[in-house]
Amino acid sequence: MFVFSPPAESDLRSWAPVFALIILSVGFGLAEPKFVSLANLLTIADRSAIPLILSVGMTFVVLQGSIDLSIEGVMATGSLVFAMSVLNSRTELDLGPFGLLAAALAGACLGFVNGTAITWFRVPSFLVTLGIWSVGAGIAMLLSGDQPPLIRDPLLSAMGLGRSLGVPNLFLLSGIVLLIGYVLQNFTRFGRYSLIIGGGEHLARLHGLPVDRYKVLAFTFAGLLSGLAGALESARVGLGHVDIGSGQMLATITAVLVGGTSLNGGRGGVLQSAVGVFTLAVVTNGMIFVGISPYAQQAVYGVLILMAALVTAYSLRASPGIVK
Amino acid sequence: MSDPVLRVDGLHKSFDGVRALDDVSFELYPREVVGLVGENGAGKSTLLNVIAGLLSGDSGQVLVRGHRLPSANISAARAAGVAIVSQEPALLPNITVAENILLGDEAQILRAGLYDWRKLSSIAAAQLAKLSVAIPPLTLTGQLSLRERRLVDIARALAIEERTRQEPIILFDEPTSALDPEGIEIVLGQIEQLRRRASILFVSHRLDEVLRVSDRILVMANGRCVAVRDRRKTDFAELTKLMLGSVLESSVRPLPPVSAQQSAVTLSVRGLVRRNSYSDVSFDLHVGEVLGIAELAGRGADALCRTLFGVFPADSGEIVVHGRRIQLKEPSDAVQLGIGYVPPDRQSEGIVGELGIRENMMLAQCGEIRWGPLIDFGRERKVVKSWIERLRIKTPTADTPAHNLSGGNQQKVVLAKWMIGRKLKILILDRPFRGLDIGATAETMNLVQELARSGLSILLVADTVEELTELSHSIIVMKDGLVADRFSASTVKRPRLQVLERMV
Repeated sequence: MFVFSPPAESDLRSWAPVFALIILSVGFGLAEPKFVSLANLLTIADRSAIPLILSVGMTFVVLQGSIDLSIEGVMATGSLVFAMSVLNSRTELDLGPFGLLAAALAGACLGFVNGTAITWFRVPSFLVTLGIWSVGAGIAMLLSGDQPPLIRDPLLSAMGLGRSLGVPNLFLLSGIVLLIGYVLQNFTRFGRYSLIIGGGEHLARLHGLPVDRYKVLAFTFAGLLSGLAGALESARVGLGHVDIGSGQMLATITAVLVGGTSLNGGRGGVLQSAVGVFTLAVVTNGMIFVGISPYAQQAVYGVLILMAALVTAYSLRASPGIVK
Repeated sequence: MSDPVLRVDGLHKSFDGVRALDDVSFELYPREVVGLVGENGAGKSTLLNVIAGLLSGDSGQVLVRGHRLPSANISAARAAGVAIVSQEPALLPNITVAENILLGDEAQILRAGLYDWRKLSSIAAAQLAKLSVAIPPLTLTGQLSLRERRLVDIARALAIEERTRQEPIILFDEPTSALDPEGIEIVLGQIEQLRRRASILFVSHRLDEVLRVSDRILVMANGRCVAVRDRRKTDFAELTKLMLGSVLESSVRPLPPVSAQQSAVTLSVRGLVRRNSYSDVSFDLHVGEVLGIAELAGRGADALCRTLFGVFPADSGEIVVHGRRIQLKEPSDAVQLGIGYVPPDRQSEGIVGELGIRENMMLAQCGEIRWGPLIDFGRERKVVKSWIERLRIKTPTADTPAHNLSGGNQQKVVLAKWMIGRKLKILILDRPFRGLDIGATAETMNLVQELARSGLSILLVADTVEELTELSHSIIVMKDGLVADRFSASTVKRPRLQVLERMV
């Protein structure tokens, strides 16, 4: 069935993030051989799992030319819904693995609200999603009260912390999500229309594409993955917590950008975003190995974002043949 | 003759009170190519856009095979078999050629909800094959040349054939513009081929093309359909005359009082080139002179004006102001040198609609009228008031939002914005009468003459030949971005004819 994969931009510029990732990895490896040890690579994979899942959702939103700032709030809701619906210290529920589904559904609902508010009221996505961030955090706080629920389901803890065939479970799971994202992006109308909407929303509307419906879908999908990510992180740390997604929103946007997906929409994809996620994970991990002070790490991130933005701006300027 | 595939019946369309289409009616028969000609602003593009469902008509109807098309509904128009090939190919650069061709009709290539790229590719290839062009369907559209993109656009229009199981009606809006001669030949060849499978309405500003490919020719002027001619029974000269209609009848005007050639040169342009816009433009603009630029179609004159105001640079050539060679990096450099610019699109570039008249007038001189380091609003108000009186701007107060004024009064505000500056030496007017009614046009024209008499140098691009010959001391005729001719309006007996002959 998958005879053709759709053509990617084949110029060198679009491969730049991949080269950057390779150079960084080789550089850190030369500076500190332990960096490339299997144990450390698995650590990097483990650290990348949650960001990978988040970046898949964010990619579709950004491809359409929107942005989703609600990640951390939705993760918080997902975390609490999950923790309180599985065997836990606060409620009588014991949904087991279905707790993941509940969290994903809660996230999808918040994402759906994002999408409908944006398309119905024509409010910029960053405003709506900023609001939903707070709403999500608020719901989580109401659920949590002053006693964060502890997860007591050994199976779920094993899923969050354990490994299969030596590979962290969560990383395997994120690989599945990435694969689904790839198929959605290249083999469904949802994915191709997302690219089209980002490339020229006006044209898309002129051709009768149901633009609003696909926007709602993208935010719902992103919400679903955020909710799921919140639950998975909870399974790992063993409790539901309001701050479960702290720092993930900026990290996800950075990863998507560093991978080469344009904030203007219409360019990029889930694989690119995955490269971005690995780049950030490698930098974070590598900086510890080569002894860069944690205080300087924030600044390094800043420089990364800046560089990614400059490269994107440069490549946009270098292609005057844009037909809009 | 068989029934018409397309019938337009009493179509009217106005933009902000300006008539773009005035009772237009005509028929298009199966497998017929109808050429549509007319001056800039005659309403050709508006007509095409209304038929294609991109714009709504105010009254009148569009019938396709006897069925009335709903207004402003491109999907309905496409479903009825009407496709438009726009001047600027409306393709997305970031998806494949095949996806562009099948845009909005992907259902047929889904298998179990997933894209069947092989099928997508083969369907698109079949459309491209109709044009005998060899563009791989899975190329990214952004990598194609303009010529290829236009062909893809035509292929997309042809895809309607399968979708509606009917011969398509294709509307071509200047499909040859911005193409090189070889590209023009290819596109015209395609249109000649297409008459075997489609009915075509073809807009071009090149009469030779229209005469070559059309069966009948429809002439538009001032939003009206003024004549329909059989190709074999008409010629270049008659069409030209029809296009410009009443313009050719001589009207009297006072000759400009300034003998331009004797006064000093304010602005001198040598060998100015900007790729895809204009090339090798040279002229001198004297003190008190109005230099008119005539251009039937295209954007060369527009781009030239913007270059001279520092909006974007020329690729090569030099600009000399008051004997000094200058570099314009941005508009503020031009303003510093005493250059003012009145853009063609008043609503979006000329005025800031929400701001008051006073603020609009002071835009270019913001903070020039000062009391120490502070803006002297009291004096500013007085200055603005005096200009409102001098230009007879009809407004309740000086702080009325500019978008509440009529077009003519808005244009006066735009002119006042530049006249307030004491440094103003050169004024660039890019189609300043656009969208003004007859009275406002006359008033603005008087103002332009007055300004020239007071010693300002004026570069004028106008939509109609009438406006140009009425106001200019000398006239440059631009065609396809090149200066085709330059002459002095006072030495030529019938300047209008001269302009027309060079223009078409």
